[in-house]
Amino acid sequence: MASLKDLRARIGSVKSTKKITSAMKMVAAAKLRRAQTRAEAARPYAAAMRRMLAELGAGTRGQSGLPTLLAGTGNDRIHLLIPLTSDRGLAGGFNANINRKTRDLIRQLQAEGKTVRLLPVGRKGHDYLMREFSDLVVDHVHGSGGKEIPFSAAAELGERIAAMAEKGEFDVCTVVYNRFQNVMSQTPTEMQLIPLALPANDAAASADAPVYEFEPGEEELLSSLLPRNLQVQLYATLLESAAGEQGARMTAMDNATRNAGKAIDRLTLTYNRTRQTNITNELIEIISGAQAL
Amino acid sequence: MPIEVEIVSPEKVLFSRAVEMAVIPGLEGDIAAMPDRAPMMLLLRGGVVELYENGVVTDRFFVAGGFADMTATRCTILADQATALADLSVADAQARLAGLEASYDAADKMNVPALDLLMAKMQSARAEIEAAGGEAVKAA
Repeated sequence: MASLKDLRARIGSVKSTKKITSAMKMVAAAKLRRAQTRAEAARPYAAAMRRMLAELGAGTRGQSGLPTLLAGTGNDRIHLLIPLTSDRGLAGGFNANINRKTRDLIRQLQAEGKTVRLLPVGRKGHDYLMREFSDLVVDHVHGSGGKEIPFSAAAELGERIAAMAEKGEFDVCTVVYNRFQNVMSQTPTEMQLIPLALPANDAAASADAPVYEFEPGEEELLSSLLPRNLQVQLYATLLESAAGEQGARMTAMDNATRNAGKAIDRLTLTYNRTRQTNITNELIEIISGAQAL
Repeated sequence: MPIEVEIVSPEKVLFSRAVEMAVIPGLEGDIAAMPDRAPMMLLLRGGVVELYENGVVTDRFFVAGGFADMTATRCTILADQATALADLSVADAQARLAGLEASYDAADKMNVPALDLLMAKMQSARAEIEAAGGEAVKAA
């Protein structure tokens, strides 16, 4: 049985752990609020962009010689997966869920005879994938889970992917990220970026929509709108993932704080019991000593 | 009858109000967005968006390229970067221009799309210097 001194040390250490986890929870809550505001602020741009693309895409549907970013290469052989994870841990199952989803996707695609390439974003995903599938990783990006995600980070990533697409290094590009549902739950989701999936119902909608003029031509507009859209989509997923990370961390730390509290209660009970036992033992010794005289 | 004008950058909505007229720097020339205009989409060059109310300019924003989507009742400006004119800094833009000019000189002169892109960026930086009230030195 643990001595009183050991128990006191254990209680002390659990108490300081509890302080740390509860501080981390507060920090995550503050960061979450900011991340959520930013994700919401970025929505109008993405929505307007979708509207313009739907308008433009409706006119070009079924044509040949469309840009690679819109129509893909026409093949379905090489898949590029982009799992978005955080750089830091202690966020519950946040990163593990993405890693598991990515692993399942890789196995599934490989079973279908497809070639898989990986471009992990975030340190946690990169570390995991380097252990399991190091030969598939073509590149990686760190530092997206920092304080603030500037649009330039998404722009850079988008440009890199667009350049790879132009060179024909992959046929299909899919992002795996945590969709922010609420603070408690983030759903690992896959979203196909290339070829672009335009909303299906816009053909009917644009029939009675006004006919647009384009300046310069439709193709020029499309060719500058598409890379931009790629960046915006990536930006939206990065923001969503950042909000999800803070949400997951907040929940995880809340649980940890509660568990630490329970552990302290348990240890304190044991400590008091032990102390009482010791006192009782001493009393018995004294009394039986006195009786023996 | 006013027109709903929205200026949106990837990070946030900068301006959203009904105004009388908005003058937008299109790639092929300035275009005014007014009510009952024929729907139009256009590419923007780096320049200043001017918003008019009662015949006078009330707000000016610098946009560094982007797109605009105009209909009869609304005008959405999707700017790559948008700044209120008062917040522009000549020194920043000049530093950026110098950097761009250096990379233009170093760039492969056969790679036409890349050169076009750099040219557009340089034009945007010069427009920004001008909008901020500085002198755009060393014209191309």
